[in-house]
Amino acid sequence: MGRTLAEKVWEKHVVRRAEGEPDVLYIDLHLIHEVTSPQAFDGLRLSGRTVRRPDLTIATEDHNVPTVLGPIADLVSRTQVETLRKNTAEFGIRLHPMGDAGQGVVHIIGPQFGLTQPGMTVVCGDSHTSTHGAFGALAFGIGTSEVEHVLATQTLPAYRPKTMAIEVAGQLPVGVTAKDLILAIIAQIGTGGGQGYIVEYRGEAVRKLSMEGRMTVCNMSIEAGARAGMIAPDETTFEYLRGRPHAPTGTAWDEAVEYWKSLRTDDDAEFDKVVHIDASTLTPFVTWGTNPGQGVPIGSAVPSPEDFADPVQRSAAERALEYMGLAAGTPLRDVEVDTVFVGSCTNGRIEDLRAAADILRGRTVVTRTLIVPGSMQVKKAAEEEGLHEVFKAAGAEWREAGCSMCLGMNPDTLKPGERSASTSNRNFEGRQGKGGRTHLVSPQVAAATAVTGRLTAPADL
Amino acid sequence: MDAFTTHTGRAVPLRRSNVDTDQIIPAVWLKQVSRTGFENGLFSAWREDPAFVLNDPVYEGASILVSGPDFGTGSSREHAVWALQQYGFRVVISARFGDIFRNNSTKMGLLPVVLPADVVERVQAAVEADPAAEVTVDLVERQVRLGDLVAEFEIDDYTRWRLMEGLDDIGLTLRHADDIAEYENGRQRWLPTTV
Repeated sequence: MGRTLAEKVWEKHVVRRAEGEPDVLYIDLHLIHEVTSPQAFDGLRLSGRTVRRPDLTIATEDHNVPTVLGPIADLVSRTQVETLRKNTAEFGIRLHPMGDAGQGVVHIIGPQFGLTQPGMTVVCGDSHTSTHGAFGALAFGIGTSEVEHVLATQTLPAYRPKTMAIEVAGQLPVGVTAKDLILAIIAQIGTGGGQGYIVEYRGEAVRKLSMEGRMTVCNMSIEAGARAGMIAPDETTFEYLRGRPHAPTGTAWDEAVEYWKSLRTDDDAEFDKVVHIDASTLTPFVTWGTNPGQGVPIGSAVPSPEDFADPVQRSAAERALEYMGLAAGTPLRDVEVDTVFVGSCTNGRIEDLRAAADILRGRTVVTRTLIVPGSMQVKKAAEEEGLHEVFKAAGAEWREAGCSMCLGMNPDTLKPGERSASTSNRNFEGRQGKGGRTHLVSPQVAAATAVTGRLTAPADL
Repeated sequence: MDAFTTHTGRAVPLRRSNVDTDQIIPAVWLKQVSRTGFENGLFSAWREDPAFVLNDPVYEGASILVSGPDFGTGSSREHAVWALQQYGFRVVISARFGDIFRNNSTKMGLLPVVLPADVVERVQAAVEADPAAEVTVDLVERQVRLGDLVAEFEIDDYTRWRLMEGLDDIGLTLRHADDIAEYENGRQRWLPTTV
């Protein structure tokens, strides 16, 4: 029988296999940042261990960094960032600190440098590591104990998850994006639907996505409970990689591409589970609740707890409506927001900024609007295209690179009761600040919402 | 990591689903660089509500958390495990766990026990009726026992062995350093380095 993409990549990385034990899996790339690494480095020091492959490890500062110029005012945040600097210096790991041209959100910089390549294993102490699966890499988030394990051994013991195919038939209608697609998928299979699986996104609509769009889809695999999401590499992938600083060159490039072309699920392979989605029926999606599965098309109304037959979902909906300050039956287009955030590892790439700029060009925002490039390189590229002038002319704030308003570890937060439309990945209670309320949307919907002050699709303008 | 064989203690019912790790320990607590002091951050937003179950004095000292489904979803932060342990929990029972949280738990010796949703509900109801009831979580026998209720749970042999022995994963892997070196010699030549 044939093998799936996930099985091929997994098998290629098995260092040791023994009956009754997890496989020991080799890790090709280990990304680290300031939040989940300090205790891992402490662990290494305590046990007298070292970093096995600093040359397969790269670090950046992202979660704590302010997105306005200047030092980190928060002493605790500053200590954490300084700790990363000390640790990476001590163990010889390349770091892209604040202000460096290579700095940015950890899941933006790997692909941007060409470090993320098809068929690799990629890990990071961050659940959105699934982003890198867009290249046909097996990429998943790990905890701090596992970060220490990878630092010390460049391997991880793991059982191979089951495989799930998400077959996306048809084409996305005009104005419907990768973000809408993944929000619709999560709403369909639920926040636990992917637990225990590696998901492979397949089908015509997926093949037509740009690398940026594929990264947006794979990024949010974890919001459906799947540790990893993958998309088989193709010409779009190769074209994205060609010429990037760490991509192979010359004959090595040809050799690599030949191998990469073998990284597709065989026709006779079987998945443990198959889910079907019809892309042509989708419209812009928006969340109304406090988990990413609580989403609906923007033309809908806020659902009522009574709409849910399952008692667990019903009580979750009740709680979510209370937290979000929403009444069942309210059209989502009537929901007013105070803040719009465009950025994060989900939607902080150049294509996302272009999409937002296309809508804001010649218009004016009525909300506080943060536009935060995912990396310094994205920022530079946007400025070369003049996008920053579009944002500033519209009244939006053009910021430095960082995680920003995706999570409340840096100064960009919501106040209690404040409501945002956000291109990030999690609408969890309090994630953007205690009492803050977040609706997850695409960059296009975010920009249109900034113009009207209410949840708005670009076609409504 | 401390070894885990069997544990008997009182249990606290958490009747919520999708208890993501942002709720277990909000991001603001993640700025610490040490491994200690996270107990005050545990459910810190929810604990501001006097009606939250952990604020109910009858559950003070409970060491087993019995939650609704999809416990520990979301962020990979291991701080969630540290916070639960430092607060005093040894076991979390739920019908479903986030994969990364469950992994992190078994690395630290916090036992994640998966039981069917209706059994979780029975345990919750029982400890609501009698908060002093003692629950035994027996990893050796793979059982949860509470009064007449005896529920079997599944856990793979390897993880169970590691937990029962309190073994450090890194030490186990380093026994195979030769295999790792051999693998490294055969890696494709074009694979990138970060230097």
